[in-house]
Amino acid sequence: MKAISCVEGRAYPVGLKNIDTDVIIPAVWLKTISRVGLGKGAFESLRAVPGNVFDDPEYAGAPILIAGDNFGCGSSREHAAWAMADMGILAVIAPSFSDIFSGNAFKNGLLAIVLPQAAIDRLMEVARTDDIHIDLETQTVTTPFQDRFEFEIDPFRKHCLINGVDEIGLTLKSSDAISVYEAKLSADRPWLAPNPV
Amino acid sequence: MSTPQTLYEKIWNAHVVEQRDDGTCLIFIDRHLVHEVTSPQAFEGLRAAGRRVRRPDLTLAVPDHNLPTTARLDSDGQPIPIADPESAQQLEALERNAPEFGIDYINASDAKQGIVHVVGPEQGFSLPGTTIVCGDSHTACHGGLGALAFGIGTSEVEHVLATQTLQLTRSKSMEVRVEGELRAGVSAKDVVLHITGVLGAAGGSGHVIEYTGSVIRALSVEGRLTISNMAIEHGARAGLVAPDDTTFAYIKGRPMAPSGADWDAAVAYWRTLATDAGATYDKVVSIDAADIAPSVTWGTSPEDVLPITGIVPDPSAFADPSKQDAARKSLEYMGLTPGTRMTDIEVQNIFIGSCTNSRIEDLRAAAEILKGRKKAANVKWAIVVPGSGLVKQQAEDEGLDRIFTSAGFEWREPGCSACLGMNPDKVPAGERCASTSNRNFVGRQGPGARTHLVSPAMAAAAAVTGKLTDVRAFAS
Repeated sequence: MKAISCVEGRAYPVGLKNIDTDVIIPAVWLKTISRVGLGKGAFESLRAVPGNVFDDPEYAGAPILIAGDNFGCGSSREHAAWAMADMGILAVIAPSFSDIFSGNAFKNGLLAIVLPQAAIDRLMEVARTDDIHIDLETQTVTTPFQDRFEFEIDPFRKHCLINGVDEIGLTLKSSDAISVYEAKLSADRPWLAPNPV
Repeated sequence: MSTPQTLYEKIWNAHVVEQRDDGTCLIFIDRHLVHEVTSPQAFEGLRAAGRRVRRPDLTLAVPDHNLPTTARLDSDGQPIPIADPESAQQLEALERNAPEFGIDYINASDAKQGIVHVVGPEQGFSLPGTTIVCGDSHTACHGGLGALAFGIGTSEVEHVLATQTLQLTRSKSMEVRVEGELRAGVSAKDVVLHITGVLGAAGGSGHVIEYTGSVIRALSVEGRLTISNMAIEHGARAGLVAPDDTTFAYIKGRPMAPSGADWDAAVAYWRTLATDAGATYDKVVSIDAADIAPSVTWGTSPEDVLPITGIVPDPSAFADPSKQDAARKSLEYMGLTPGTRMTDIEVQNIFIGSCTNSRIEDLRAAAEILKGRKKAANVKWAIVVPGSGLVKQQAEDEGLDRIFTSAGFEWREPGCSACLGMNPDKVPAGERCASTSNRNFVGRQGPGARTHLVSPAMAAAAAVTGKLTDVRAFAS
């Protein structure tokens, strides 16, 4: 994972609630065996609407997206996070995220920042004209107009994001503990070993 | 005396390998299902890092999402090549990756092939009290057996392949209690659609839901799988139904399940899993079975649920301004006008299938309605896609295939099919589909497709009349 500690720039003011993974990246784009190149399929149905924010030159290359409740609901496709990363998005700010999307975003160093609806409403307003600044270290979102919103983040995730930790590498350090667990499992519940299919 | 625990807490506690000071736990994964769409990048990651699969014996690979559901073998018994080069490439990747990493692989022309969430329970791979993951959000399905099962992204697929564990934090717990007796024409699908309408698409966010109450207890395992399958549609991390004699009877004798003395030991353990008297949930929601009607969705979120007797809502009637906005957009996409009776809405397509509703019981319920009847002239496309080759065989043994084909349905090979628009089975833009699948998202069944989620019996009834239909009109 690439380390990330702050994001600054324009934000796509999307605002809608329940933006699902099929909206973020439709299934037809999931046939790839690569993690890159999905940006061109991102938000396809929203982009089909004339005057949409994604094709507005005002927001070209914006690293932030602002959305409503339950962002990323639906499928577990990590392609949603890959597609957003591929279009240059580094952070999403919303009142809530689906559990799976939030995990997928984290694994890809895409910040999923939770702020209350009132803060979202204000940021939607700022986003139309000005940059937004996110600082992971101080856990704050600020604007040029002295707005300052604090957000919560799981300390483990914060540590991994700021240091670009390879989570699998980290877990592999616990290999001995996993072996001990497996040995105990074989002794306690030997019937758990599946018969071959 | 020890503190009373919920089913979720018992399964969680039995799988903690390590707990860190911040509360994050390393959780052991008992079963890992792999399919072709969310795994190629994970295997590639392993290769790039020179890592192996820690427990291939706990991993099972099955292709399902991309497979066309038309005939798989030609008249000489040779596999028919897949026309779409990208789909073919993805399927070939799984076929190559599984043996390379020592994983059992069920190929597309094997009778055991099917949708991962149908195959797992059917083969006895999915068991009560286990942790089950798959790179697919409908993994929640296996919770119907009393397993803690949830969807994961591809990075987590790679993590599980490499370590057989996940770094997780404990979810909150919710009880959704459904008491009473289901009214005529109301199936497990209607129950879960109703629950989703009550909770909302994000209502279960951050929670693992245990479905309890007399209605759940009375359901077959197939029905419980249908309910737990859609836990994700109300935002839950996972769904659970406590295992009981119904569960044990379902699992006994399945190929990968414990047998002999192992079986008795397993059942003894599974009986300890039920939530203890006095255990508490973070949230409890009670639902009266009498309030549940045969249900249908009108919008583009699974929370947009109405009884079939309902009318298309007026967006301005919603209290939440963002929901008003969403409802307006949904109605525009769906081509619906507020005040329209749901039963006046014509459908051109019928899809009976998906991990939600493609088990034998689902096909029986649909066939029951279709027996001796034909699809309406305005229904252009009607397909039945069994959840697995074994479901297909059983349905054929029972003569269900002939009922479907006589009614004008196509009888297909198993796969995810028209549940998601990534194989050739798609609903044309602007057309409606009465679908037994789980998501009515914009573009889900194909670009511009308009989905109405229903039960198998309701889909069959819609096929006969050519409109969304109250299945109770067909009561025998």
